[in-house]
Amino acid sequence: MPDSLTAPHVLEYPYTRSTGEVIGRFFTGLKERRILGARTTEGHVLVPPQEYDPETGAELSDLIEVGETGVVTTWTWIAEPRPKHLLQKPFAFALVKLDGADTAMLHMVDTGDPSVMHTGMRVRVRWASDLIGDITDIACFEPEVA
Amino acid sequence: MRDVAVVGFAQTAYARSELELNETEMLMPVIHQALERGGIPQKEIGFTVSGSCDYLAGQPFAFVMALDAVGAWPPIRESHVEMDGAWALYEAWVRLQCGDIDSALVYAFGKSSLGDIRDVLTLQLDPYYTQPLWPDSVSMAALQARATLDAGKATEREMAEIAARSRRDARANAAAQVTGDFNADALLAERYISSPLRKHDCPPISDGAAAIVLAAGDLAQRVSKRPAWITGIDHRVEAHGLGMRDLTASASTRIAGERAGVGEGKVDVAELHAPFTHQEIILREALGLDDDVRVNPSGGALAANAVMVAGLTRIGEAAQRIIDGDANRVVAHATSGPCLQQNLVCVMEGRS
Repeated sequence: MPDSLTAPHVLEYPYTRSTGEVIGRFFTGLKERRILGARTTEGHVLVPPQEYDPETGAELSDLIEVGETGVVTTWTWIAEPRPKHLLQKPFAFALVKLDGADTAMLHMVDTGDPSVMHTGMRVRVRWASDLIGDITDIACFEPEVA
Repeated sequence: MRDVAVVGFAQTAYARSELELNETEMLMPVIHQALERGGIPQKEIGFTVSGSCDYLAGQPFAFVMALDAVGAWPPIRESHVEMDGAWALYEAWVRLQCGDIDSALVYAFGKSSLGDIRDVLTLQLDPYYTQPLWPDSVSMAALQARATLDAGKATEREMAEIAARSRRDARANAAAQVTGDFNADALLAERYISSPLRKHDCPPISDGAAAIVLAAGDLAQRVSKRPAWITGIDHRVEAHGLGMRDLTASASTRIAGERAGVGEGKVDVAELHAPFTHQEIILREALGLDDDVRVNPSGGALAANAVMVAGLTRIGEAAQRIIDGDANRVVAHATSGPCLQQNLVCVMEGRS
């Protein structure tokens, strides 16, 4: 049987998205090396901030600053990064609960060594060299005490 | 509520890459088989609804082309959900409650092989906080697996045993893609893909399609000796952000299960849509299933996981146990989104 004929097909969506009031303020904060969370009526602080409280549906607009250090709540070690991954060396994806936040954010942790990684470890933001107002302004997290 | 039952189910034999067939060609035999088994001619079907994902085909409105598999002239009543076919079945069940039609055809299709599925699924994530970091589907599931291990709710050995059991059971399923006799010790000796997940903890990449015929009331009894009556069906969704919810439990599955009445009788068989081994443990707990409930005799999503199809297939596989007389009361579950974000639970019973 002959080989099947195939053709490449690349699909892209070249859109410009509006960030809106909450996400926009969070991104603006990152440009100033400040991390903002949204405070709910119950006093919980959601980081990254959401436009609506997932528990109650209430609109959120009260943003407060949280720390740039925090704790790893779960993680996975990527021994072989995939082509799209931003760190092209072994790293961890992790959920990090920043000091002052009640929810965890997804990001990367660069330790160089999987034996260093553990749930509960303290980490600190490593800022990107150019801050442009994007989630990647946080280049990754690194152990708080190197 | 009006009584609605599954009366016919068909599916493809799932494959890593169905290169020779387009989506329409893949669907045609499955739809005709389901209609034949359901005993309702296509022209008498009251409502047609499908579930699929344009991201898989890489084409906006890709599902419109799949309509060629049913024929939409003269015009038919038709709908589509950009979701697993299980949610299309939910829409059909709601539509049948209106009472003016008595039958529905539900189908789902997905060719996961056309792109790199781990990247394609990432494109569906929130575009501000999550997608730019390119967490792939396996890594996200691994975050949930680690949290579940840390919470003491699972062990890596239990996960390996779920993989081994699923693929052993799948040997009896002609549609399954990954089958065989695996030993948990040997599986645990393999390296991690995204720790703590090994290859056996992950679903295969599958192309395939499935179809279900629903009938209401008297029509169901006329066309089927033993319809699988839907006694409860419900679906719930949780927050998108992984750090916003307890990954070690599935609150949405628990609520959907309670509302669908899972605990109101003995469950013979449960078909759970758990693409990753640790998710079966989370789902069993969320649904309150006893240890004697037979879970995923088909092999489940660990044996074949055509994206957008695997959830509908769980309903079909569970219903087939009733239609064949092998079970009296079954539970089917479907999931969507990263780490069990959204969940549907369907309870079915045989009455004859």
